[in-house]
Amino acid sequence: MAEMLTKSRARNIFYGGSLFFVVVFIALAVHSHYHIVNTSTAGAPLTEAVAHGKSVWERHSCINCHTLHGEGAYFAPELGNVMTRWGVQDDPEGAFEVLDAWIEAQPSGIEGRRQMPHFELTEEDKRGLAEFLRWADQTNLQGWPPNDAG
Amino acid sequence: MKYQTQKIAYPYILCALALFAVQVLVGLVAGWVYVAPNFLAEIFPFHILRMMHTNALIVWLLLGFFGAAYFLIPEESEREIWSPVMAYIQLVILMVGTLGAVVSYAFEIHGGREFLEQPLWVKLGILVAAVMFLINVTMTVLQGRKTAITNVLLMGLWLLSLLWIFAFINPENLSLDKMYWWFVVHLWVEATWELVMASILAFILLKLTGVDREVVEKWLYVIVATALFSGILGTGHHYYWIGTPGYWQWLGSIFSTFEVVPFFLMMSFAFVMVWKGRRNHPNKAALLWSLGASTVAFFGAGVWGFLHTLHGVNFYSHGTQITAAHGHLAFYGAYVALNLAMFTYAMPLLKQREPYNQVLNMASFWLMTGGMCFMTFTLTFAGTIQTHMQRVMGQNYMDVQDSLTIFYVMRWGSGLAVVIGALLFMYALLVVRRKEVIAPGASNPASSESTPIPAE
Repeated sequence: MAEMLTKSRARNIFYGGSLFFVVVFIALAVHSHYHIVNTSTAGAPLTEAVAHGKSVWERHSCINCHTLHGEGAYFAPELGNVMTRWGVQDDPEGAFEVLDAWIEAQPSGIEGRRQMPHFELTEEDKRGLAEFLRWADQTNLQGWPPNDAG
Repeated sequence: MKYQTQKIAYPYILCALALFAVQVLVGLVAGWVYVAPNFLAEIFPFHILRMMHTNALIVWLLLGFFGAAYFLIPEESEREIWSPVMAYIQLVILMVGTLGAVVSYAFEIHGGREFLEQPLWVKLGILVAAVMFLINVTMTVLQGRKTAITNVLLMGLWLLSLLWIFAFINPENLSLDKMYWWFVVHLWVEATWELVMASILAFILLKLTGVDREVVEKWLYVIVATALFSGILGTGHHYYWIGTPGYWQWLGSIFSTFEVVPFFLMMSFAFVMVWKGRRNHPNKAALLWSLGASTVAFFGAGVWGFLHTLHGVNFYSHGTQITAAHGHLAFYGAYVALNLAMFTYAMPLLKQREPYNQVLNMASFWLMTGGMCFMTFTLTFAGTIQTHMQRVMGQNYMDVQDSLTIFYVMRWGSGLAVVIGALLFMYALLVVRRKEVIAPGASNPASSESTPIPAE
């Protein structure tokens, strides 16, 4: 390595540069926080049902099979746009009914097909989950996913 | 082993290896579910298997890092560890927490954020253990000699512990949740863990090659500088499609492209040090693992990461098997292989014997590395086809998955090779034999002594 780059210079560049990038990152993260709250997710209110739905989503670890906005396991379909795929994004009652029917039909038991477990959910849980997925679906994701297949 | 408290590393390594075994065995089962989807579907559904697979991995890698720290800090600081008792209590807390988490998962009690599924009491236990660890090693380092290796190692460990705070922050807003979740996940594996990795690698290379400390430490600072300069804003490559602003597409693409640099430097570092090295250290297996770790990390984390990091590519490949391919090789190269390098180096010294069974150990390297590479190739092919069929042609997810079965079968086969390799590694490391299986050739005589190391 070049002679002019001594160990102490390398160390100072490391500390100084890292601090600079940390500061830039924090500034952008603060801006992103406000952008999410005020713009990208502002299309629908974050109601109690949505919050409850998120807790149902977490309690049953849906993320360890499905993806949501492309993140999660890759074992089961993307759910960030599932309400659009089902054609019920603008129909809360329809969203609940389709989701309810889906949850209650699991596991399918079909040989050779991936099985979704049966989860004991109350009507409140399922309504919340439907609202949560509708809320997620309205988020502005910069045009992702490329199509309804998710 | 010059300092008595270095032996704290021994139980850490044993616990890490036990969890490593759990991780790969559960991974093999989960891989089988891809082949035969009805397998265990009612008793141990896939989401529980995956949770165990990823959590066991994370905890054993951390145990390995802690063990490595307890091994190398006394030598670097020229001091005994400040409080050995605290170090053992820390290990007990971590193991009770881990076993508690595993039992909870089996009964489907868990959190719901990916990789952070640990019940709250376990998360708090990890925090307490991390604080105990930081106090312990910081006190040791402050009282002793300060080197670049301990500076960088401690900085990495302090920062990763601080970032753990975000494991407790779970906003109701999903997009905010995701944004802060990456503060733990990305800033661990693509920033702070790289500091830990680079410092451990520097320590091993210093010992194995005998290259001048000034040279090693200058490399170390340059490597970690490129790691943080690229990795911090490189977080942007996770902020393309989760509700964050559009400027992340450019920032993420540019900075995460530079994330290849620290991995390229680490690979170059390892090879240059070996080239310059004037010491014929008897532990050839540790040398192989060090070179292997830095090389596979470059391909797994660097090349396979770059493969899908540009936002124009990621728009189509995001959340497909491409991500799974990258994840497997990156973790294996950067963190699994590096930990195994450290274990291979430290174990003979901890057991105060010569490095036996090197040939078996090296065989396990090739078996595991070959298996992981094959796994990565099959998943990359699967992901490429998935991306085209699902993201370009718009075909239904499950239909696409059905056409990928052949790749999942091959992936399972490669997983089997990895499991056999891992068990072979443990056998070679833990079961003592009287002498080497194959004697070293006369043209490259490996010294039979591992203790006398000049200049260090």
